[in-house]
Amino acid sequence: MSFISYLVNGLSLGSVYAIIALGYTMVYGIAKMLNFAHGDVIMIGAYMALISLTQLGLPVLPAILVAVVVCTVLGVVIERVAYKPLRNASSSLAVLITAIGVSYLLQNIALLVFGANTQSFPSVIKWSGVSLAGGRLNISGVTIVTIAACLVIMIVLTLFVQKSKPGQAMRAVSEDRGAAQLMGINVNGTIAMTFAIGSALAAVAGVLLCSAYPTLDPYTGAMPGIKAFVAAVFGGIGSIPGAFIGGLLLGIIEILGRAYISSQMADAIVFAVLIIVLLVKPTGLLGKKIQEKV
Amino acid sequence: MAALLDVKNLGISFGGLRAVNGFDISIEKEELYGLIGPNGAGKTTVFNLLTGVYKPDSGKVLLDGQDITGKKTIDISKEGIARTFQNIRLFKQLSVLDNVKAGLHNKHHYSTAAGILRLPGFRRVEKEMDEKAMELLKVFDLEQEAHLTADNLPYGKQRRLEIARALATEPKLLLLDEPAAGMNPNETGELMDMIRFVRENFHMTILLIEHDMKLVSGICERLTVLNFGEVLAHGKTSDVLNDPQVITAYLGE
Amino acid sequence: MLKKLKTMKKTTRSNMITYGIVIAAFIILQTLTYTGNLSSLLQGLLVPLCTYVILAVSLNLVVGILGELSLGHAGFMCVGAFSSAFFSKCMRDVITVAPLRFFLALLIGIIVAAIFGIIIGIPVLRLKGDYLAIVTLAFGEIIKNLVNVLFIGVDSNGFHFSTKDIMDLNMEADGTVIVNGPQGITGTPKDSTFLIGTILVLITLFIVLNLINSRDGRAIMAIRDNRIAAESIGINVTKYKLMAFTVSAALAGAAGVLYSHNLSTLSANTNNFGYNMSISILVFVVLGGIGSIRGSMIAAVILTLLPELLRGYSFSDYRMLIYAIVLILMMLFNWAPKAIEWREKYLSFGKRKKEAVK
Repeated sequence: MSFISYLVNGLSLGSVYAIIALGYTMVYGIAKMLNFAHGDVIMIGAYMALISLTQLGLPVLPAILVAVVVCTVLGVVIERVAYKPLRNASSSLAVLITAIGVSYLLQNIALLVFGANTQSFPSVIKWSGVSLAGGRLNISGVTIVTIAACLVIMIVLTLFVQKSKPGQAMRAVSEDRGAAQLMGINVNGTIAMTFAIGSALAAVAGVLLCSAYPTLDPYTGAMPGIKAFVAAVFGGIGSIPGAFIGGLLLGIIEILGRAYISSQMADAIVFAVLIIVLLVKPTGLLGKKIQEKV
Repeated sequence: MAALLDVKNLGISFGGLRAVNGFDISIEKEELYGLIGPNGAGKTTVFNLLTGVYKPDSGKVLLDGQDITGKKTIDISKEGIARTFQNIRLFKQLSVLDNVKAGLHNKHHYSTAAGILRLPGFRRVEKEMDEKAMELLKVFDLEQEAHLTADNLPYGKQRRLEIARALATEPKLLLLDEPAAGMNPNETGELMDMIRFVRENFHMTILLIEHDMKLVSGICERLTVLNFGEVLAHGKTSDVLNDPQVITAYLGE
Repeated sequence: MLKKLKTMKKTTRSNMITYGIVIAAFIILQTLTYTGNLSSLLQGLLVPLCTYVILAVSLNLVVGILGELSLGHAGFMCVGAFSSAFFSKCMRDVITVAPLRFFLALLIGIIVAAIFGIIIGIPVLRLKGDYLAIVTLAFGEIIKNLVNVLFIGVDSNGFHFSTKDIMDLNMEADGTVIVNGPQGITGTPKDSTFLIGTILVLITLFIVLNLINSRDGRAIMAIRDNRIAAESIGINVTKYKLMAFTVSAALAGAAGVLYSHNLSTLSANTNNFGYNMSISILVFVVLGGIGSIRGSMIAAVILTLLPELLRGYSFSDYRMLIYAIVLILMMLFNWAPKAIEWREKYLSFGKRKKEAVK
């Protein structure tokens, strides 16, 4: 029975990774850049929710809304100030290094504003969950809500990208930025919108992550951020279902690795997955192959 | 006499699209040969097949009697094919001189240790390379610019530098991909003289892709016309350019 | 002397100036130490300073010269530090001549780091750009993780290994623990000195500068500028990428040896061998100018000394914040097409840029 409960925990953690990975994969697919600071937006989102809940005394949903709004604005501002000027830079390293700088900036601002101390995150989901198999398998409310939230986000996002007008613009920009521009699509606006959606998702992920693992410090977002990128690569960068599958698989691998191999080696196992995927199938499970034009 | 380059039935598909099909060409030593055709006909793809950027899925390529079909780019370079690119590919941050010296890479050797420890071999070989590179730069009238970064050269000179770099590998066959693209008539005239000079003085065999008909008819002895990935015509330049089939392909119905 | 300097080739002259700066800095700092004008705090920083300079210069070989972003540089430093400290601790009582012991430890650290460089480089260098960066980060973290679960002890029966704990080593009563998992290695002889550090800095500079200005260096930079063109002129891309990556890893290993023999306790955490360290080194490289070896060196020195010199002004609280801002501004200023346009229009930097610099 413990195996099944590990599996459920893995799905829960994986759902958080999937939500973060969706943000990564959309930004990568459309802006063609690795937004290293994505994980730190999660952390900012979690702090915003924490402040709204404890200092402002807001109820849960408005608190989450505050986090989402702040992160959305933050994401758009980061894109406009730090990434957009480098969009046509001659070196692709430039924007990557800048993103690392933004990641550091967010961490250190959080450090100065909120302090280095680990804060405990209040439980936002009061539901105690369900007990199955005569009490031998308990699934917490947080776990169920997280998995459900991930599913809903996945479905809504897929519909948005496939059916809506802005979603089609996103796909066009992802396919060929120059052609999209010629077709009259507002490329800058579309990229900004992608950052906005990704960052809003990061806020939700931050709240869910801190509900499941109720501690928060300025570095909370960094590791899950990198792991979510691993999930995005695993599933195939640029692919929404890929991010979903990659996230879930990675969460399960991490929890099972922690339980059956070594808890200290859990991160190493996750990274080993990344290395193996990139070496064996660099396009990931559902990714497309891109060939350099000569 | 056997041809320097002998290509039979060369072909490649990209995801169902037959980009090049049944391509044949035979080029004699020291010949100046043109490959022409409308945009998208597959000319650059032929260059990419000849230089190992793409692996052909059918056909055979013989260079000086040696089978080089499907070999890797660096091995084909060592066998003796050098090229320039349609969208200029220089080593932008290196000096003009170093661009050419990079081309000399496989002709002048010293060990890594000799390089780091500045052993006598390093100084001797570097001096040889400097002299050789300056000679080549002189041919293309670039010796004044030897110490500028390649990125800072004007467009026409960048195209010339690319040819100099390709020649530095001491190839048997030189492939030029639209060498006159973006040049004004004056520059094109100079370029034609330079290409002729290279052929005479280096005893070079040259295959070039070009849209500038003045250049093509001015220096190419024979032509192959490519259309929709297939050979439309072979032959003497004047014959081919007067072929009604070719004129239709170019000008449309 | 000055006249001779003028007739030298430009790159040679520039290299001589770089070596000169190191030697002058050494003489000044050594004099200050002997005359008692250097605070003990700063004296303690001299060896770390050399470590950071070596790390920055060696990382620049990958980032600036090869043109690939490595985020796992601290991992190679970690490998060099642990392998050499392990050797020195075992040999503490066998080889009593400190310089000889250090020299052998250095060789071991360099060789082990180079081997890791090759093992990691072969798969990693097949990737490009973002993927390469994230995989080097992954390897760096894996190395740090592995070191933290490593237990090694020695007794009359020889070496014992475990990845669990000390008890799992199953040693006889006479056994001693050499590597104690997260606690790492304690009791490494403190063989590093400022003189050794300076010599290592000079050797590093000598290797990197001469490599860059040679046939191999030209091939590496050709690959950086245009991989497809490099292949077309017959340059073996894999070989030269691996060469740059391995030399860089080996030098990072040397930095690790210097680092570990300056501390009595060596343990791996995020700040010394993890991601944070890799990023700090990257900041040195970016601030000093990507591709500029002398710049990396100077940036490493300034960014290490500044926080200490400004200690009274609560600068250290803001240190990482300032690093982050510097990183972002440097990239925007140097790479944004608009900024480049503006600079060429209003500043005369453009002129200097025209001459090829290495």
